[in-house]
Amino acid sequence: MTTLFTYTDQQDTRSGFGAGLLELGRNNPDVVALCADLTGSLKMDAFEKEFPERFFQTGIAEANMIGIAAGMTIGGRIPFTGTFANFSTGRVYDQIRQSVAYSGKNVKICASHAGLTLGEDGATHQILEDIGLMKMLPHMVVINPCDFNQTKAATIAIASYEGPVYLRFGRPKVPNFTPADQKFEIGKAVLLKEGKDVSIFATGHLVWKALKAAEALMDKGIDAEVINIHTIKPLDEAAVLASVSKTGCAVSAEEHQRNGGLGDSIAQVLSRKLPKPLEYVAVNDSFGESGTPEELMVKYGLDTADIIKAAEAAIARK
Amino acid sequence: MASIHELQRIATQVRRDILRQVHAVNSGHPGGSLGCTDFLTALYFHTLKHTPVPFDMDGQGQDLFFLSNGHISPVFYSVLSRSGYFPVDELKTFRKLNSRLQGHPTTHEKLPGVRMASGSLGQGLSVAIGAALSKKLNKDNTLVYTLHGDGELQEGQIWEAAMYAAAKKVDNLIATVDANGQQIDGSTDHVLSLGNLESKWQAFGWDVLHMDGNNMESVVSTLETAKSHTGKGKPVVILMKTEMGSGVDFMMGSHKWHGVAPNDEQLAKGLAQLEETLGDY
Repeated sequence: MTTLFTYTDQQDTRSGFGAGLLELGRNNPDVVALCADLTGSLKMDAFEKEFPERFFQTGIAEANMIGIAAGMTIGGRIPFTGTFANFSTGRVYDQIRQSVAYSGKNVKICASHAGLTLGEDGATHQILEDIGLMKMLPHMVVINPCDFNQTKAATIAIASYEGPVYLRFGRPKVPNFTPADQKFEIGKAVLLKEGKDVSIFATGHLVWKALKAAEALMDKGIDAEVINIHTIKPLDEAAVLASVSKTGCAVSAEEHQRNGGLGDSIAQVLSRKLPKPLEYVAVNDSFGESGTPEELMVKYGLDTADIIKAAEAAIARK
Repeated sequence: MASIHELQRIATQVRRDILRQVHAVNSGHPGGSLGCTDFLTALYFHTLKHTPVPFDMDGQGQDLFFLSNGHISPVFYSVLSRSGYFPVDELKTFRKLNSRLQGHPTTHEKLPGVRMASGSLGQGLSVAIGAALSKKLNKDNTLVYTLHGDGELQEGQIWEAAMYAAAKKVDNLIATVDANGQQIDGSTDHVLSLGNLESKWQAFGWDVLHMDGNNMESVVSTLETAKSHTGKGKPVVILMKTEMGSGVDFMMGSHKWHGVAPNDEQLAKGLAQLEETLGDY
């Protein structure tokens, strides 16, 4: 069996956020953090301890937290809000729409426990619609990094970007394979493996699975290209087009609904500029349920095996 | 600083501006705008420490005002333009295509004087708390003011914000509630009774003041009192009794003029009750 990709440790992406936030706190006095009673879960406790005067505990009142964050930009602060992805988006959509996005405020909405890998808490907390909700808002940047190092780098990078950002990450420990010194460029896809038969565009936790799928495909004689789309909006259209014009077909892979996710963004680009077969690895119009993260990824069709199947299906349609 | 008499004369002109703005496009919200005219006039021409030009979004060293009930944009636009934030003549563009004077105030078109979009109700108090917290971090001892409708208090976010401001001692904040007892579907008692607002705000830990919002002397003196109550560990709220449609007799005493523009005849009848003190745009 081919092994192209290895990692040294497994860490949760939320810890990458916590580490990035702490570093920002030390280097940028304008950065402030707000949390709605999930400081430990979001790994914001180190920031709170070191910078208590710049940490704002809002209690279980997410709408108020988003409004306060928007207001804090007036006076030059760069607020980072933290709560679960469900409470960061669906619960406060109108507050984000009016007070952050339409008002053009420099708020960073940081969302943990996104998707099925939240696990046992079940569907109430497993939001699979957040990418779609957020990317529909005009000028909202949507980022879904793949591992600890990339989440840390993304957290630091978005502080230097002026404007609203949605940063999505998760709960489980996953392979940490992005080089610690890799620069995070908003809107710039990362080519992880070159190939000529099929382009696999993956985001978040699905990136590692896409790499594992590419290894398995290699054993079957299929040369897959793997691209990490950490920024869903703005999408790196040039990277998508360059890859698919070479391979002739594509797979999208994400821990999100098929409707409104990364796959739809790629489909928009391909249908307008380069019509080629695209297969989706995503949740298909369904809520999640309780279970271990691994069990849920298998049951809802988001595992390595599903990416392999999708790649073969895409190639067959060429 | 304008005298009471001067403020009253400005308010009369602002009321003319309101009627003429909504009449010109046959849309907008005159009722609440007229009711809050004396408050906003006093605030911008007497109470606020502010620099209209050049407009500075961050407003450091200046008092800030957030209009949470954004539908009363006609009074807000009139007062902003009359105090120098943008040309009075621009009131002609209210609610028209390509205007900076959108139906509800927004920063999106970069209208000087507006620091946050409002329209979807209940969000302004949270935003104001954020701005007030920024001032504290920046060691800026100026104040943050807000205005809310009483119907707006039916939004849950207001009470999240009210709880936060008191618990965290956001005491550089003066919120005002336009207690006109009216909303779109009827009286607030009929639609969803607000109960005892004084008790509610007190129970949430706020310093509560009362004011007759259509009496310029009461408005000016209550705002001064409110300022003197800041910095004492509690946010301040002013329950401001107003009459929707105040200043135009046939618009008063009913919710009917919440969001309806006067026709030609009604405009003439209204303007006849309001002296042109500063010159129409």
